[in-house]
Amino acid sequence: MEGLTLSDAEQKYYSDLFSYCDIESTKKVAANGRVLELFRAAQLPNDVVLQIMELCGATRLGYFGRSQFYIALKLVAVAQSGFPLRVESINTVKDLPLPRFVASKNEQESRHAASYSSDSENQGSYSGVIPPPPGRGQVKKGSVSHDGAQPRTPADQQEPASPVVSPQQSPPASPHTWRKHNRHPSGGNNDRPLAGPGPFWSPFGEAQSGSSAGETVWSGHSPPPPQENWVSFADTPPTSTLLAMHPASVQDQTTVRTVASATTANEIRRQSSSYDDPWKITDEQRQYYVNQFKTIQPDLNGFIPGSAAKEFFTKSKLPILELSHIWELSDFDKDGALTLDEFCAAFHLVVARKNGYDLPEKLPESLMPKLIDLEDAADVGDQPGEVGYSGSPAEAPPSKSPSMPSLNQTWPELNQSSEDTAIVHPVPIRMTPSKIHMQEMELKRTGSDHNNPTSPLLVKPPDLSEENKINSSVKFASGNTVDGYSSSDSFTSDPEQIGNNVNRQRSHSGTSPDNTAPPPPPPRPQPSHSRSSSLDMNRTFTVTTGQQQAGVVAHPPAVPPRPQPSQAPGPIVHRSVDADGLITHTSTSPQQIPEQPNFADFSQFEVFTASSVNEEQDDEAERHPEVLPVEKSSDPSNSLRGAKTESKIEEKTAASAPANVSKGTTPLAPPPKPVRRRLKSEDELRPEVDEHTQKTGVLAAVLASQPSIPRSVGKDKKAIQASIRRNKETNTVLARLNSELQQQLKDVLEERISLEVQLEQLRPFSHL
Amino acid sequence: MAVCVAVIAKENYPLYIRSVPTENELKFHYMVHTSLDVVDEKISALGKALVDQRELYLGLLYPTEDHKVYGYVTNSKVKFVMVVDASNTALRDNEIRSMFRKLHNSYTDVMCNPFYNPGDRIQSRAFDSMVTSMMIQVC
Repeated sequence: MEGLTLSDAEQKYYSDLFSYCDIESTKKVAANGRVLELFRAAQLPNDVVLQIMELCGATRLGYFGRSQFYIALKLVAVAQSGFPLRVESINTVKDLPLPRFVASKNEQESRHAASYSSDSENQGSYSGVIPPPPGRGQVKKGSVSHDGAQPRTPADQQEPASPVVSPQQSPPASPHTWRKHNRHPSGGNNDRPLAGPGPFWSPFGEAQSGSSAGETVWSGHSPPPPQENWVSFADTPPTSTLLAMHPASVQDQTTVRTVASATTANEIRRQSSSYDDPWKITDEQRQYYVNQFKTIQPDLNGFIPGSAAKEFFTKSKLPILELSHIWELSDFDKDGALTLDEFCAAFHLVVARKNGYDLPEKLPESLMPKLIDLEDAADVGDQPGEVGYSGSPAEAPPSKSPSMPSLNQTWPELNQSSEDTAIVHPVPIRMTPSKIHMQEMELKRTGSDHNNPTSPLLVKPPDLSEENKINSSVKFASGNTVDGYSSSDSFTSDPEQIGNNVNRQRSHSGTSPDNTAPPPPPPRPQPSHSRSSSLDMNRTFTVTTGQQQAGVVAHPPAVPPRPQPSQAPGPIVHRSVDADGLITHTSTSPQQIPEQPNFADFSQFEVFTASSVNEEQDDEAERHPEVLPVEKSSDPSNSLRGAKTESKIEEKTAASAPANVSKGTTPLAPPPKPVRRRLKSEDELRPEVDEHTQKTGVLAAVLASQPSIPRSVGKDKKAIQASIRRNKETNTVLARLNSELQQQLKDVLEERISLEVQLEQLRPFSHL
Repeated sequence: MAVCVAVIAKENYPLYIRSVPTENELKFHYMVHTSLDVVDEKISALGKALVDQRELYLGLLYPTEDHKVYGYVTNSKVKFVMVVDASNTALRDNEIRSMFRKLHNSYTDVMCNPFYNPGDRIQSRAFDSMVTSMMIQVC
C-alpha cells in the first residue's frame, strides 16, 4: 500500500468516518453496512465505487482496515473531484477536497443547520457531557470551517446560510419538534456530530416533510446534520434520549438516559410517525441482520432461543443491563425467543446503542415486529405508545393482557395437566374373572391332582394335558377375553375335569377357589358358553359322578366297616361271614345285587338272617317282639328253604343256620339297620320291591316297627351310603324272603290241620 | 394504590422492593420482612395438599393500624408482597388480585429475559414501570 499522506483535516475526517463505520471497534470495517452507505452517499457510480474498493485493497483483504478505509476515502475524494482513479492519485492530487457524502434530504440539512446553530448555542451545556468525539467533531468542524478547503468554504458559507434558510423552509413541525428536542434535557446525548463526518444515514433522515431545498452538498461535516436530524428524530420517540450518531467511539457511553413526559412523547411520536422513523432499518441493515439471523437460525420463520441470542448479543460487549433492556424491548411477544423481526429490532437497538444512542423506553414503531394479529397491529398503530407493558396505566394493554395473563395463569395448569396426562395414563387392564378363576381353579386342580390319590386322575393326566391344549385352543377360539393370562394356555383344561376336580374340592372346601384369588373379582357368570355351561355341566356331572367317584373312591380301600354301633354284632357277623364266605358269595349271586361292593355286606345280611332264624328256632321266647316277626318269618323261611329247593342258599342257610344259631347271636341292631331310610334308596329299592308288592305292606310294618337304627358314625359318607344301599337291598331281599316264608307257613299250617283231622278220623275208636 | 411492593425470592431474600418514597422506607421493609412469616405459615397450612390446590393469591396477610399487607406466592415459591394504605377502603379484593396478576406477568417477562439470571435483583425497566403504574395512584 502506498503511503498515504493526509492533511490534518483529512486525517481527522477520515478517522471520524472510520470510527463511525467501525461499529464494533474492531478496527476493521466490513464491506457492508455503513461503509456501503458511506460510499453510496458519496454519489459515485457503482463501478467507481467498486474500483475504489479494489484499489484500496479492501477486496483483497475482505474488509476495510483503517488504511484501506483512508485510501478509499481519499479515492472517493479523488473521484468526486473528477480525477481519474489511480492509485498514485492518492498522493498526487493536492488539495483534494474531502470526500463528500451527499444528503438526499433537505430536512436533514435544515436540521443539521438548525442543530448546528443550536449546537453553537448549546455547546456549552453539552460540552461537558459530550464525549470527546463530538467535541472533536466540533473542534474539527471549527477547524474545518476555518481551514476548509476552498470547495469547502462555500459549503461552509452555505451551511451557515442554510441553517438560517432551512428553518424557514423546513416544515413548521420540524423546527418545532427540533426545538422540543433541543429543550429535552437529553444532555450530551444530543450530541451534535457536527464535525463528525459520519456517513449520512439517509433512511434515518428521510421522510422529512418537507422543504424542497435541493440537494446539498455536504462537506465533511455535513453528515452530522443528517445525523443530527436523525438524532432529532431519534428524539421523537417520546421517552427516548438519543445519542448523537457520531462516528466516534461513543459506543462506550453507558449512560442511558430516559426522557420523560408521556404527553409530549405522544405528541412527538405522532409527529414522528409522519416522518421517517429514525429507527427504521435500512435494507442493507436488514439484510445484514437477516444474514446474521441465518447464522444462528437457518429457518427465517423460526425462532432464536434466548440462550443463543444472549450469546450473540453479548458479543457486542454491551453491558448486561442494557442487553437486558434491549431484550425487553425487542422480545415483543415475551416468549423468550426472537423471531426475525424481533431479532432485527434487537440488533438494530444494539447497533444504535453501540453508536451511542440511548435505548428507547419503548420499542419504536419501526422496530416493532410484524404482528400476525391484525388486531395487535391496529392497536399498535393506534397506540403508538402502547408497547408491551411499559408505561401503561393500571389497565393492561389490550394487546397483551388478554393473552399473557391467561398464558401465565394457564402455564402451571398446563404443566400440571400435561404432567397429569403424562403420568396418569389409564391403562385398561381388564381382569377377566373367568380367566383368573380358571387359573385359580387350574392351580387348585393341579395341586389337588397331585394330592389326590385318585386313580382316575392319575391315569388321566396325559389325557388332561392333551385336552388342556385342545380346550385352550377352543377357549381362545370362543373369544374369551384373555389378557395377561396367556400363560393360562397351559392351565386351561377340560372344563369337565376341572369342574369335577373343583367341584370335588368345592364339596370339600367350600369357597377355597375364591379365597385364594384376592385381586380378581369373584367369578361371575360369563357369556361364554363354554365356561358357564361347563360349570353347570360340571355341577351336574359331579352330582352324578360324585357318587360314582365316591364309589370309585371307596372301591380300592377296604370295604368300609359297618357303623360302629353295629360293630359288636358286626365282627360276629363277619365271623359268620368268614365262615360262610362261599355261601355268601353264592347267596348274593341270585339276588341280583346291583353292585358288587355290597356283595359282602349283603352276604352278611344273609348270614345274619340265617343266624337270626336259627336263633329263633332255639329261643323263641327271648326274641324281641320286634325281631319276632322277622325271626318268625325267617324260621319258617328257613325251614321252607330247607324244604324248598328254590335256592340253594336257603338250603345252605338252613344248613348253616344251626351253625349260626349255635353261636347265639342276638342281632338286634342289624335287622333294624335297613330301616334307615333314604328317599333315594327307597326309590332304588322300589323296583326291586315291585316283585313283592303284595308284601310291601307287611314289610313296611315290619320295618316301621323296628326301632331306629343307631346312626352310623362312619366318616366316609360314601361308605355310609353304600352300606345303606346294601342294607336296603338286604332289606328287600329279606322282605321277599319273609313273604315267601309266610306263604310257606300258611301252607304248612294247612297241612298240619289237615293231618290232624286225618289223625282224628283214624283214631275214632281209641277214645272209647 | 400500593404503598410498597416487594418481590421475594424463594430463599426469602428480596429480589425487588420499592416503596413510595414519601414515607420511611425502612418501615415498609420491616413490614415486608415480618409478612414473610405469615406467608410461610399460609403456605405450610396446605402442606399436605398438592401444590396446585393451593391458590396463588394468599389474601390479606395481616392488617396493621395504617396498612394492610397482602401476599401472593407463585408455584416456584417466589413471593409478592404488597402493602396498601388501610385508609383506602375502596380497594377491593379483586383489584388486589388483578394487581398481583400483573405483577406475576411482569415477573414472568423478566424471567423470560435470557440476560436475567434468576436470583439477581430485578432491574428491568419494564417491571419498574409496571410497578410505578401500580403505585402511582398513591394519594
